[in-house]
Amino acid sequence: MDLAINPFSSGTRLRDMIRAIRACKTAAEERAVVRRECAAIRAAISEGDQDYRHRNMAKLMFIHMLGYPTHFGQMECLKLIAAAGFPEKRIGYLGLMLLLDERQEVLMLVTNSLKQDLNHSNQFIVGLALCALGNICSAEMARDLALEVERLLQNRDPNTKKKAALCSIRIVRKVPDLAENFMSAAASLLKEKHHGVLISAVQLCMELCKASHEALEYLRKNCLEGLVRILRDVSNSSYAPEYDIGGITDPFLHIRVLKLMRILGQGDADCSEYINDILAQVSTKTESNKNAGNAILYECVETIMGIEATSGLRVLAINILGRFLSNRDNNIRYVALNMLMKAIAVDTQAVQRHRATILECVKDADVSIRKRALELVYLLVNDTNVKPLTKELVDYLEVSDQEFKEDLTANICSIVEKFSLDKLWYLDQMFRVLSLAGNYVKDDVWHALIVLMSNASELQGYSVRSLYKALQASGEQESLVRVAVWCIGEYGEMLVNNLSMLDMEEPITVTESDAVDAVEAVLQRYSADVTTRAMCLVSLLKLSSRFPPTSERIKDIVAQNKGNTVLELQQRSIEFSSIIQRHQSIKSSLLERMPVLDEANYLVKRAASIQAAVSSVNSAPAATSGGPLKLPNGVAKPPAAPLADLLDLSSDDAPVTTSAPTTAPNDFLQDLLGIGLTDSSPIGGAPSTSTDILMDLLSIGSSPVQNGTPTSNFSLPAIDENAAYPTITAFQSATLRITFSFKKQPGKPQETTINASFTNLATTTFTDFVFQAAVPKFIQLRLDPASSSTLPASGNGSVTQSLSVTNNQHGQKPLAMRIRMSYKVNGEDRLEQGQISNFPAGL
Amino acid sequence: MAKERRSVESLSDLWRAGAEQAHREVEDDGVEQQRSKQAGRDDEMTIRFVLFVNKQGQTRLAQYYEHLSLDERRALEGEIVRKCLARTDQQCSFVEHRNYKVVYRRYASLFFLVGVDNDENELAILEFIHLFVETMDRHFGNVCELDIMFHLEKVHFMLEEMVMNGCIVETSKQNILAPIQLMEKTS
Repeated sequence: MDLAINPFSSGTRLRDMIRAIRACKTAAEERAVVRRECAAIRAAISEGDQDYRHRNMAKLMFIHMLGYPTHFGQMECLKLIAAAGFPEKRIGYLGLMLLLDERQEVLMLVTNSLKQDLNHSNQFIVGLALCALGNICSAEMARDLALEVERLLQNRDPNTKKKAALCSIRIVRKVPDLAENFMSAAASLLKEKHHGVLISAVQLCMELCKASHEALEYLRKNCLEGLVRILRDVSNSSYAPEYDIGGITDPFLHIRVLKLMRILGQGDADCSEYINDILAQVSTKTESNKNAGNAILYECVETIMGIEATSGLRVLAINILGRFLSNRDNNIRYVALNMLMKAIAVDTQAVQRHRATILECVKDADVSIRKRALELVYLLVNDTNVKPLTKELVDYLEVSDQEFKEDLTANICSIVEKFSLDKLWYLDQMFRVLSLAGNYVKDDVWHALIVLMSNASELQGYSVRSLYKALQASGEQESLVRVAVWCIGEYGEMLVNNLSMLDMEEPITVTESDAVDAVEAVLQRYSADVTTRAMCLVSLLKLSSRFPPTSERIKDIVAQNKGNTVLELQQRSIEFSSIIQRHQSIKSSLLERMPVLDEANYLVKRAASIQAAVSSVNSAPAATSGGPLKLPNGVAKPPAAPLADLLDLSSDDAPVTTSAPTTAPNDFLQDLLGIGLTDSSPIGGAPSTSTDILMDLLSIGSSPVQNGTPTSNFSLPAIDENAAYPTITAFQSATLRITFSFKKQPGKPQETTINASFTNLATTTFTDFVFQAAVPKFIQLRLDPASSSTLPASGNGSVTQSLSVTNNQHGQKPLAMRIRMSYKVNGEDRLEQGQISNFPAGL
Repeated sequence: MAKERRSVESLSDLWRAGAEQAHREVEDDGVEQQRSKQAGRDDEMTIRFVLFVNKQGQTRLAQYYEHLSLDERRALEGEIVRKCLARTDQQCSFVEHRNYKVVYRRYASLFFLVGVDNDENELAILEFIHLFVETMDRHFGNVCELDIMFHLEKVHFMLEEMVMNGCIVETSKQNILAPIQLMEKTS
């Protein structure tokens, strides 16, 4: 090799170049060396240097790896490929795969060389061409060369066969139409002995299943037997040195076969049954003291979860995961958490059993494990465990790493929003999160919080006092500061006078000037950003009207910002100063409390998240029926939750068999006891969950015994005097309100007559009003004609329309409905739509 | 009445469209299957890239099975190398990065990183890395960083024999090394 240093050659040896690059002390030096080398290579290429092409290519690859542009070498690759000798071809193809990709047009030029090489008599050259084609071929090349590849699948040489099989994967991926051409060849490859051929063939089958349904069916019929045989052979085989990895023969083949079985068994009971035995065998026999064995077990569990496995097999799988979870090896714990995420869709109860361990993993030192565990906890949250889980997470928020707080906060916020059991709990949790990690709370979260507070008149006093206290304690959390400042501005008098106290609240003494102090402190804080400061100014302006004695002082504070360099703040303070000074007459009306914020938008967003929660939490049909029941004003009224809570306390494992536990409180009882019955209701309701027969009896006889609906402390919805179910506000926007009242015929629990009543809240009349509704498949819906198509303005009379609904899965699934209203206002078309998920339980 | 019936039909499409995202599990099994099939679609390749990086964060081998521009590659290598190098031995060997996972293993001063899809069996990839290292060991005899640098193309040849288009194709060391040994004999 040393002979290669020759004054006439282009540049240095590869080895010397690498040494030179390694010797570079700075990035600039390295760039200089690379530039010099590139120049030499370029020169060699343009001179058509023949002797050192091979070496130049190797250099280029090294330079490419270092991250420098090497496009000028692409043509050289093509020339090398076209050369006759194997070494040239070898390096040429490697360059092709490294330096080019399917998007480059140069690639078109190589099709011909590839075609020739695919037909070459030397099997190694054929192998090279197949490999290159498999790595980079484009859709056009796939069409051009598919025939050659198909033919090579029949080749005698196993090495060619396996490469042709993998090449076919790429072809099928690029041109799915070709899938059917490869079906039978792929199935017959599974009969081979060579592991390389088998593993490639299995992967080809997987690709075919994805590409074409027909192929999937074909393979279900034709290759299942072969797969079972491969798996049995490989798992029973005695020591095979060539394929031995940690005492296990070819775990890679195991895993690919298991993967393919998963695809074939998914949603097909026959196939699943056929592979049941072998899966049981693999999952019991495989040794779990080595990583390779665990890899197989892991894949096996995933397959069992993916197919229609028998319950015994599923228990086996869950047990393996339980073992993994208690393993000390972090890698194993990680995959266990990963797998439990998938298992949750199959068997929620089984995963819930590991809740405590998973919660511990959230606090693990390893960020990968923490992240997985947090996602899993998020999926595990349901009505029954939301409070303790949230408490755990919020407690952990206090001590967690800075970089983890963002994820954690986002998760807590969305749990709290989804499962807001009652407003007070929601507010308490949000206040804690804001105090602990306000800097990580997303804007839409605290916006939603403000909307909610604006709608919850009875909690505004509590909110502003809590926020004031929080602001004193942790004033550096941006979102907390904003929410607090807004509340002090809006509800300042409640802060000072301790208005609308809750029972458990301790009164605090805050003077008017204390409140102003607090906002002023925020305004002056150097770290406050423009938005916060602007909010402070508005807040101060409002306080000046709420607390007239402080008006002078506020005027001074606001005036200080008149010269602020930020235009927004400057403008605000000038405007506000002039309001305080010159417009006393309109000031008080101008600065009245904000009207209750429109919750419609907020609701739309919330409805989406509720759905996600329902779907992710309770897939098991036996779990708490009804799901979280939301009323339009954000108050959640979960009928099942307290009952399930009771059950949950006794044992986690007991399947919750509550089926539609409630008929709503009977009206006269409601009259007698009013809201005061809240506290006793869960106890009264508990026994009623026992049987459906009891349910039926009760619902027929309208017996007043059962009052399972624990009304939350606040805003009870209007109770229709005549119905056994409360009337709900099904939809409310700024312009339109729809209420539903319900009737059931005795003896037909599945059928419900809904009387919908539409009220126009706007000041203009709606014409051509049409109401439409859609329901999931298990419900049948019939709409009767509406009483009128014109809705008088300003709520002067309403239109009614009745709907008959038959819930074929009565007692298992709650009613759900999507609605769309179209109408004309002054001849202009309007469209509103929404989703109703707050139907009373038991419909 | 008839008019309303018709609109109900079209709305049921509306229902279905929304339900597929939200009511996945609640709705019915058909939807569930469809979803997991879609998830499988992302599984374009199993292995997306193979990287060798030394302790100083210098790339010693890079093979990508999906196209990335030079800048993207440099950014990606920087980010994941920083993430992996910061981890201790006690922590698990998997790092989630963007939409895929990086499975890594450290041998003396070299880190071997493999980027895989989320569905891939991480434990098996760990074994794959080890198999690769053993294969190099068999060829070079106690392989070290310099061997890889100076024989970059040979390492690529080995990788090419083992992985094609992101799929594992050969796991027998003998079969992997056969073409390379043959080539050395002839040249």
